Amino acid sequence: MDSALRERVGQVLLPGDEFCCDTDGVISLSDTVRPEKVLCGPGLRRSGDRLLVCKSGVLRHKEPNVFWIDSQQWRYVPVKGETVIGVVAAKSGDVFKVDFGGSEQASLTYLSFEGATKRNRPNVQVGDLVFAQFIVANKDMEPELTCMDSSGRANGMGVFGGGGLLFRVSLGLVRRLLSPGSELRSDLEKLLPCELVVGMNGRVWTRAADVQKTLVLANLLQSCDTMSCSQRRQLFSRVRQGAL
Amino acid sequence: MEACNTSDVTLRAFGCEHNLLSRPDGSASFVQGDTSVYAAVYGPAEVKVSKEIYDRATLEVLIQPKVGLPSVRERSQEQCVRETCEASLLLSLHPRSSLTLVLQVLHDDGSLLSCFLNAACMALMDAGLPMSCLFCGVTCAISADGQIITDPTAAQEKESRALMTFAVDSRERKVLMSTTKGSFSVHELQQCIAVSQKASEKMFQFYRDSVKRRYSKNL
Repeated sequence: MDSALRERVGQVLLPGDEFCCDTDGVISLSDTVRPEKVLCGPGLRRSGDRLLVCKSGVLRHKEPNVFWIDSQQWRYVPVKGETVIGVVAAKSGDVFKVDFGGSEQASLTYLSFEGATKRNRPNVQVGDLVFAQFIVANKDMEPELTCMDSSGRANGMGVFGGGGLLFRVSLGLVRRLLSPGSELRSDLEKLLPCELVVGMNGRVWTRAADVQKTLVLANLLQSCDTMSCSQRRQLFSRVRQGAL
Repeated sequence: MEACNTSDVTLRAFGCEHNLLSRPDGSASFVQGDTSVYAAVYGPAEVKVSKEIYDRATLEVLIQPKVGLPSVRERSQEQCVRETCEASLLLSLHPRSSLTLVLQVLHDDGSLLSCFLNAACMALMDAGLPMSCLFCGVTCAISADGQIITDPTAAQEKESRALMTFAVDSRERKVLMSTTKGSFSVHELQQCIAVSQKASEKMFQFYRDSVKRRYSKNL
């Protein structure tokens, strides 16, 4: 199975494609048999001894044995541990309801902010933006967010300050922005110094020196979605030469 | 466009465009000859309590005709499309949520239901919803002299003795849905199924090529 998957890394797969376990039904007694382990990420499902593809996209691989399907989509499905940008939609007693663009609203208790106690409530209003992390994300349960890491520190999470602009890009672009050593991010950094907050749910918040630069940045990012690497370089160099 | 025998299946020129609408989560347009349909998918999104199903997603299909309001004909087509989509989607992965598929007719020149099915499959795939397999729709007409015509035009449909539409899945080429009109023999039905299965090969190859083209920029 491992070799069959490796062969198709970088190719486009469609739902319904499958990989079979290539055992020939003979177990060697003399050789030590190393069990072949494959870790499946999004888009791959195990069914019996077969591996089924359930999303269209490009098959990706990470050493030693992680495989997943990289697909371009717009709707976010919560995953535990991912950080997202949400909008506080309602305040009801001890919990805030946060809209993060998924199928239901997530809950966020007022105690899950850094330094918050029963006496000292955080200042969160309806309509505020929060950068938070999923601690419960399960298809059968209500998603739950927190603005603290496991050691009780904010670690960059919490309520956003004033200014800045929130916009939406595709989830594929978000993953490209957040991947370590991303070319897109380093190109952007060279082009325009700015604050950039990227939520895994496709929402991006940015603030540059002034409103005009912020808008330029937002437009650039949104157009990056449908551009290849060379097209992007061309656009960025045009912008750098002053075609703002 | 033309009549054909079982060995060589001819379909009208067809084409597709992905992700052309900005608001929906997934969209596609599908063109078969002069028949053209837009499809848009929203979801998994919040569901009305009355429509909530505790262990799977609720799929709603809405067909908008070119003019006027949807009527009985659209309702029956909606049901055909919905049942096909339910068979191929893994709805249990998104319980208590809603999926909405909107199909807008741009022009009807025969084989409309198969065009709906193809557009729906493309849009669902574009939205990145988990599917167990793909499906495609093929319409066959049996003309008065017993010839089988795949992908008929509206004029050919009108002259035909019988009209059948099949949805074929991509894994085992099995029939997921069938709807028929007119009179025909069992033998003719089986012949039509065989023809549509052959035609589906072409469709699925096209699906693959068009998705490949879509992802060509981030390979």
